[in-house]
Amino acid sequence: MLYDIRLAIEYAYDAPADGGRHVLRLLPREIRGIQKVLEATVECTPQPVERAERRDFFGNAAVDIRYGEAVTRTGFVMRARVERPAPVTMPAPALALADLAGDLAATRSLGPDSPHHFLPPSPRVPPDGAIAAWALGVTEGAGTVLEAARRVCNALNDEMAFDPDFTAVDMPHADAFAARRGVCQDFTHIMIGALRSLGIPAGYVSGFLRTLPPEGQSRLEGADAMHAWVRVWCGGKAGWAELDPTNRMDAGQDHVVVAHGRDYFDVAPVKGHLRLSGGQTTTQSVDMVSV
Amino acid sequence: MSDLQLNVPDIDLAHLLGDYRVLPGIADELIDFQGNIRPVWHPLLRHLAGLSAEELDLALTRADQYLRDGGVYFRQYGKEGSTERDWPLSHVPLMIEQDEWETIAAGLAERADLLESMMADVYGENRLVAEGLLPPALLAANPEWLRPAVGITPRGGAFLRHVAFDIGRGPDGNWWVLGDRTQAPSGAGFALETRMATNRAFSALMHETNVMRLAGFFRRFRDALEALRGSGRGRVAILTPGPLNDTYFEHAYIARYLGFTLMQGADLTVENDRLMVRTVSGLMPVDVLWRRLDSGWADPLELEEGSRIGTPGMLGALRAGSCTVINAIGSGVLEARAMMAFTPRIAEHLTGKPLALPNIATWWCGDENAREYAIANAGRMTIDNAMSTRLPFDHGPDVVIAGKTVDGGDVNPDWIRQNGAGLAAQEILSLSTAPALVEGRLVARPMSLRVFLARTGDGWTAMPGGFARIGRSGESAGIAMQRGGSVSDVWVVAQRPDPAESLLTGKRAKVRRLEPGSLPSTAADNLLWLGRYVERAEDQIRLLRAYHLRIAESGSADYPLASHIAGQLEFIGVDPAIPVPAGLVADLDAALRSAGNVRDRFSIDGWNALVDLKQTTVNFASRVTTGDDAARAYSVLLRKISGFTGLVHENMYRFIGWRFLGIGRALERAQAMLRLLQDCTGEGAPAGALDLAIEVGDSVMTHRRRYSVETDRETVIELLLLDEMNPRSAHHQFRAMNDHAIFLPKAGGDTLTPFQARVVELVTTLSTSTADQVSADSLAGLARHAGELPALLASSYLH
Repeated sequence: MLYDIRLAIEYAYDAPADGGRHVLRLLPREIRGIQKVLEATVECTPQPVERAERRDFFGNAAVDIRYGEAVTRTGFVMRARVERPAPVTMPAPALALADLAGDLAATRSLGPDSPHHFLPPSPRVPPDGAIAAWALGVTEGAGTVLEAARRVCNALNDEMAFDPDFTAVDMPHADAFAARRGVCQDFTHIMIGALRSLGIPAGYVSGFLRTLPPEGQSRLEGADAMHAWVRVWCGGKAGWAELDPTNRMDAGQDHVVVAHGRDYFDVAPVKGHLRLSGGQTTTQSVDMVSV
Repeated sequence: MSDLQLNVPDIDLAHLLGDYRVLPGIADELIDFQGNIRPVWHPLLRHLAGLSAEELDLALTRADQYLRDGGVYFRQYGKEGSTERDWPLSHVPLMIEQDEWETIAAGLAERADLLESMMADVYGENRLVAEGLLPPALLAANPEWLRPAVGITPRGGAFLRHVAFDIGRGPDGNWWVLGDRTQAPSGAGFALETRMATNRAFSALMHETNVMRLAGFFRRFRDALEALRGSGRGRVAILTPGPLNDTYFEHAYIARYLGFTLMQGADLTVENDRLMVRTVSGLMPVDVLWRRLDSGWADPLELEEGSRIGTPGMLGALRAGSCTVINAIGSGVLEARAMMAFTPRIAEHLTGKPLALPNIATWWCGDENAREYAIANAGRMTIDNAMSTRLPFDHGPDVVIAGKTVDGGDVNPDWIRQNGAGLAAQEILSLSTAPALVEGRLVARPMSLRVFLARTGDGWTAMPGGFARIGRSGESAGIAMQRGGSVSDVWVVAQRPDPAESLLTGKRAKVRRLEPGSLPSTAADNLLWLGRYVERAEDQIRLLRAYHLRIAESGSADYPLASHIAGQLEFIGVDPAIPVPAGLVADLDAALRSAGNVRDRFSIDGWNALVDLKQTTVNFASRVTTGDDAARAYSVLLRKISGFTGLVHENMYRFIGWRFLGIGRALERAQAMLRLLQDCTGEGAPAGALDLAIEVGDSVMTHRRRYSVETDRETVIELLLLDEMNPRSAHHQFRAMNDHAIFLPKAGGDTLTPFQARVVELVTTLSTSTADQVSADSLAGLARHAGELPALLASSYLH
């Protein structure tokens, strides 16, 4: 599939905010064999006085910008053309859950894709007893890593209600889990926490989900804003699988990846530092069409 | 002591050592394994034995007095928040012979080199992980392994430039490393103060004993930092988390001692990949930053998002290689206890031989073999948080000691298995004991040393002594300062006298002069407000004294003049019904806070005077009564506040900072005077208001001398507004402001800043006015113009 994607994020501040410096993680990343970025740009208003692009630790494209003057509004528009070829499906060797620890120990690397980053607690996914107990229950008898991950994904989707009015961006995932309500970010964080508690490395994927559903199918949740789903490490041979707990599905050709990280902390689309003296409001819109 | 033969020729030790008990199976610093007193202690024992109880008391008091006068404190955290505590000095210095010391120093230099290699690897190629020498899971779970810092090669090459080691002597007499301190080790400044204090107690002894001096260490490190500057105008600065940090005193002290600027994160900014400091002259580059805060707080953009003490963009500047931060961001990764499980093998792998100074035996329970070993041998181990950066005997809440949990039960091995990756086991080491003085007699207390190393052009240099922790009780756990332990000086005794060396002597790369205008804006702001708050307090004290005098004279608060002053006091937010109003205490508190932020620029006498002023005010507040009693109290406070301003204004070097202090004072005085004049010369003012103005304006004598007549509106306006010779007049304040303002940076070229221009305008207006021309309207206009000065000053210099 070939997509044209347009993302617009706008911030409006009650009072002029200065000292403005941001890291933007909006550009889709190149993933060999899975995703090809043909073209991608980020436009910022007002024009920053400094701007530089780099790759962060996890290999995501990061844009550093700085504003010289105080701002009352800022806007970021990302446009990209991305290709998601149909996956070359090879039956991944199924790794037994019991063999995962051995596979992990044999992985002597801390490169960006190393599973070791994705097992310990991370800033937004601290350990939570309730989630761990629940995860143990829903995976009882699961033989392989992927099977356990699917069960968590499906059970979460069954139990959680998608509710954009319930959560705020900084709500702890444990609270969302307790209420069984939330948005894609909460689904993702809870699933990551659940898998890690089982000893399965799991990470966060930010990205896009295509807007217009194929004929006869209903529109998927999370398509009008940036989306999030889960990466699961299924062993040294099988590598990473991606599951979307918000939509109870494997991430596939309808998903376009922007960034990989341990949790939202690593991939926040707009990380920013401003000296604020009042409140702020945010709007976000996404258009993703296949061409 | 009965079974030991403790004698030193010509000394009667019976009294001094009667209580000294060495525990079996533990080494002692004073007494060797044969039961003899080590020769290096002889001079000290001889000296102590020769002192009468009174003389000893006097000597110890001199040391304590030194620390108190110096305001040496550290911040202690407890359930009720934090408090400042006196530095806990243990008066008896620890004696070490030079030969032994040099062996320690060489061993630690070798270890520091190893740590440098480990830093370069975990933030670079990660070969230690690839080759199986360091478990990736351990590094990945270490909160101080900062992924955004991976791949940054420090400008100047080295990751580590100032490190410390906590070491202890085991029962076999050998030294062991208890902890590697690579983040931002504190204590070197405290060591210096501990040395000065101990010197006060035993100066003659110190002189005779060939004690190695500490100053050379600081000089070499200062020169090394200087050498890291680029060729331009870049500065060397010390970055502190601020006055609420437990070791802020040390940051200010070191900054003063080395002559570097002390900065907080908000003073710094990054522009075009360069680290800059906001100064009263605009942005200036910083080349070298010695950070005294943990890495995670340094950059809220890429590290701890919630940090309010960091500088957004600092990592960007480091990636660009435009500045050197010491130690490199992320250096705390090596402090985690579990890392010590791998250090010995890494050393052998990299250098081909074992470390001369190994750390105490450590097992990371994330490794199955190590975990099972620890479980099998739990009886001789402590098991605690793998990521703990504390000393081995400073335990966390879930510690297991000798197989027992905190509630006394046997530890469940499955708990260790389930939490393995988060746990590290360490062999329990009984620290050696050393003498401490308790009620005039020596007792044996557990001891550990903190040794500081600095990187210079010629490699590592160790500070020869200075810092030993001494336990409060016989237990090793009591050694932590936060738990009541104390600190003693360490005397490294040389065979020959050390050539006198202070910070001032020795070869210097070049004479450094601080450039004017390099004052950070926040420091300028704090000095300005210090001047303002102190002056505001003085103004209140004068008004309150006048008020209570009137009540004492008339016996009633309803007396018209008294209620007139009451009105003025209420206008400035002070409740006159309370003898010592809360507003006054609040202003003095605010003055102390401002002063606390700039302690590196401030004389110790000035600080003590301010603390004393506030204490006295608080004491008065609890007991002073309305009328005569309060009037007397305010006279006392007035004398004290004059003492403070005298100390500061007479003794402070005429840096730009002093000018901001002066401007703050003049600003506040001018505003108060204009307010007083509007109030006392207006149409509604009661009889006697003019006399009151003269009194509050501290100009009674002058008025009497200059005018043979009674006070009238024109003489009062003349004396308090226009007369530039009267140090209380508004005119005088604007001139004083102008005298300072001309030393402040210009707007560009020769253009005056809006602040400078306004001050000149006010001076001109008052120079060309006569008393009969000054109407109520023109007074109001002057007050308005003067009222805009703070905003003009801020926009010109304090952004």
